Amino acid sequence: MTRALIVDQIALERGGQRVVAGVSFAVEAGEALLLRGPNGSGKTTLLRAVAGFLPVAAGRITLSPDDDTPIAERSHSLGHANAINRKLTVEENLAFWARYLGGDVDKVDPAIEAFALDDLRDIPTGMLSAGQARRAGLARLAVADRPLWLLDEPTTSLDTANAGLVADAVNAHISGGGIAVIATHLPLATAFTHELDLAALSGAHAA
Amino acid sequence: MSAFRALLGRELQLAWRDGGALGTAFGFFLIVVTLFPLGIGPDLKLLGRIAPGSLWIALLLAALLSLGRMFARDAEDGSLEALVAGPLPLEALVTAKALAHWLTTGVPLALGAPVLGLLLNLDVGTMPILLATLLIGTPAISFIGAIGAALTLRARRGGLLIAVLILPLYVPTLLYGIMAIAAVVTPPGDAASSLTMLAAITLFTMVIGAFGAAAAIRYQLQ
Repeated sequence: MTRALIVDQIALERGGQRVVAGVSFAVEAGEALLLRGPNGSGKTTLLRAVAGFLPVAAGRITLSPDDDTPIAERSHSLGHANAINRKLTVEENLAFWARYLGGDVDKVDPAIEAFALDDLRDIPTGMLSAGQARRAGLARLAVADRPLWLLDEPTTSLDTANAGLVADAVNAHISGGGIAVIATHLPLATAFTHELDLAALSGAHAA
Repeated sequence: MSAFRALLGRELQLAWRDGGALGTAFGFFLIVVTLFPLGIGPDLKLLGRIAPGSLWIALLLAALLSLGRMFARDAEDGSLEALVAGPLPLEALVTAKALAHWLTTGVPLALGAPVLGLLLNLDVGTMPILLATLLIGTPAISFIGAIGAALTLRARRGGLLIAVLILPLYVPTLLYGIMAIAAVVTPPGDAASSLTMLAAITLFTMVIGAFGAAAAIRYQLQ
């Protein structure tokens, strides 16, 4: 069975309000889904539900081949926060994630290079600019292999050149047989094979 | 197991780099202990008698200070979600965090207690049993505290709330700690059985703390 993320007729609620209803899609290995929609249309909620942080009110989310490991442990999530500790340097942060997530410490150097963090590796991340910190957060995805990437506005605070680095990383992930679901408003140079516009689906939400 | 070690190592590294937390706890401990003789007066006999209990309570309060930060920092910068998504069961994650808190707060404070006891005319002969009760009892502070820290994760200024929530849960630990000391100070008494009970309570809180805090974090992340 090939690897695929299948979302089947899910409904999600936040604070008793139905935010997303009747959403279905399937993304296979080597494919990427672009998630679009205005503010409040449920992009973050959907990503967090796929990652397993939020319970679904209805429907099913599966990442095949289906085993007992939760999707959270087979995916990388990057939300609005970067998941890097401000007291630790860029390199220490990435080395920790590599060890903790069962990745390989040897991947820290390539990750640092891929996100142009060479000059910053020994700087505590609390000193970094917003864009630099974002890149450090993104580099975490590269230190441990996980089949599914769930990215929420990955290019926030990044300039065009650095947004290109994100696109490169996503493209490398996909061409290696990975799956990506990305919510973004900014153009990202990734060949998206699917696109889901939550605004178009939100008839139930608007009613 | 390597994930557990990695997390424990990171917590110790952060505590070391962020030495202020232990410094604050020690300062607080010292000040509270110093206030006792000032408030009670220079009755050396009385001071010596209340010294073990005063040290226990002051240490409890001092260790509470840093509890609120156990998960808060990671929740703020998004690390907590990434940690939860790691290979470690949430219960083991909590155990690593609480263990690190104990090693960086409970142990140093316990080791400092006999020295501060000199300010309270603590009998030198009771120092070993005081140290023993503190070392056996303090893990309970960290593990019960983990529940409080997890429950107040989303509460703004949760520090005081933690104290109100969890201080009552330390009563058994405090009671058996003091009973063990009393057994040595005023023989005849059975210090061994009190110490055993103290150890049992600590083991019990390690289990309750790991599962309770894990459940609270799971809920808070939704």
